Amino acid sequence: MLCQRCKKQPATVHLTEILQNEKRERHLCEDCAREEGVAVKAQINLQDILSGMLEAHHTAGKEANLACPDCGITYAEFRDQGRLGCPNDYEVFAEPLKEILEKVHGAAEHTGKLPRRAGADLTTQRQLMQLRRQLQAAVEGEKYEEAARLRDLIREKETTGETR
Amino acid sequence: MKLDDLILSPSPWLALGGPQGDIVLSTRVRLARNVAGRSFSSRLRPEERQELEAYLRQAVLKALGPDHVTWFELADMPEIDRRCLVERHLISRELAAAEGQRGVAIDAAQRFAIMANEEDHLRLQVIFPGVQLQEAWLEADSVDNRLEEQVTYAFSPKLGYLTACPTNVGTAMRASVMLHLPSLVLTKQIEKVFRAVARMRLAVRGLYGEGTQATGDIYQISNQASLGRSEEDILKTLGAVIPQIVTYEQQARQVLADESPMALDDRIFRAWGILTHARTISSDETLALLSAVRLGVHLGRLQGVNIGTINDLFLLTRPGHIQKIRRAELSESQRDVARADYIRKRLGSN
Repeated sequence: MLCQRCKKQPATVHLTEILQNEKRERHLCEDCAREEGVAVKAQINLQDILSGMLEAHHTAGKEANLACPDCGITYAEFRDQGRLGCPNDYEVFAEPLKEILEKVHGAAEHTGKLPRRAGADLTTQRQLMQLRRQLQAAVEGEKYEEAARLRDLIREKETTGETR
Repeated sequence: MKLDDLILSPSPWLALGGPQGDIVLSTRVRLARNVAGRSFSSRLRPEERQELEAYLRQAVLKALGPDHVTWFELADMPEIDRRCLVERHLISRELAAAEGQRGVAIDAAQRFAIMANEEDHLRLQVIFPGVQLQEAWLEADSVDNRLEEQVTYAFSPKLGYLTACPTNVGTAMRASVMLHLPSLVLTKQIEKVFRAVARMRLAVRGLYGEGTQATGDIYQISNQASLGRSEEDILKTLGAVIPQIVTYEQQARQVLADESPMALDDRIFRAWGILTHARTISSDETLALLSAVRLGVHLGRLQGVNIGTINDLFLLTRPGHIQKIRRAELSESQRDVARADYIRKRLGSN
């Protein structure tokens, strides 16, 4: 579709205006939209930018098969959904994520708030993921005593963090 | 606190007005948190989701006290009610539309809400009227500290709070300020503001977040980057940019009043005329007209109109709220009639 104003460039900005309770649709190219004071940039959101970046990673074949041993997500799945599967993915996909984080944030390291408790270290987090998987297996195998023991262990690990 | 009472009460962030309230509607600070040792929400099996919701509900109520917050389950909540919570910015559109077990804790003063089983396990947000970046952050920080006594967060010393989407990792904080900028739109300078804002790694969105149109000349400006700078630094950047935009809007208002007072008054009074006499009106037209009326009241050109009522109407004329007020499920055309009736009633005309 060509721009309704200049009739030269393709229309990429689609507007719905409401005037005196009547809907009017307009299709403009980016230049004409800007001349009319329509905000083009505001429509771009972070998710689009991330998808674009992930798309650019598409060719990196060896990374696509990377899989997290804890949650099972592959890098290819992450690329399609834009969402990671579990906290451990930041370790498993550290290499390909580095570039993405650098582009989105312009930085690679956290300098903000720290939790008061040190209980959330990565080893504990991974142990918890593994315990949960064992719990799931115990429930499915109808090993209820084992399941109860695991549940208590998980609860304990989850709530007791050492004070920093 | 009953859900109906909450929905039918004025929204404090909108009704009260705050610092620079003529231009800045509200300040929001949102923190994303995940529970350590669990998959992120999207990878949870239904029974895990259910177990997590129960765990979070218990933790939140214990941390904040059942007298201070009320837990609402969303799975069996009627669609209109969920819509109203979105319109009040108490839950996200994503949480409203999601499936499975999920909930939200809302404090009695509607100053903060904590969503459970959103994209991240917990999404805590604080909304204050006007520009109150520091105040909103302190409140969010304090609620977060209390939650942390009950929940062990997924955290890495290098990457900070770990989130389902890498765009949120680090502080996992999104601070945003909602501005009413009708004069910058009218004088076609809004694009300049966007360009300046984008250079500061800040994002501009419409009234209802990502991908929504800027209806009613309302814009949200927020930080894009969450990693590599502290919460204070992020707030400092926003805190430096917002007063400038406020000044631009004030200048544009002055220019309109000085250079084209007739066109300005015509716009304001036509909007007033339609709002006080229309028999059927869509929600988008309502927002556009309320925007002009709000400008007129703040410029002192339209007198004898209570600004609190106008601010209220921004929310209460939205599709969810108008049905709630009517206590009925209405089709779009029925809503347009109900909306026109309600506006005339509130503005004291026939």
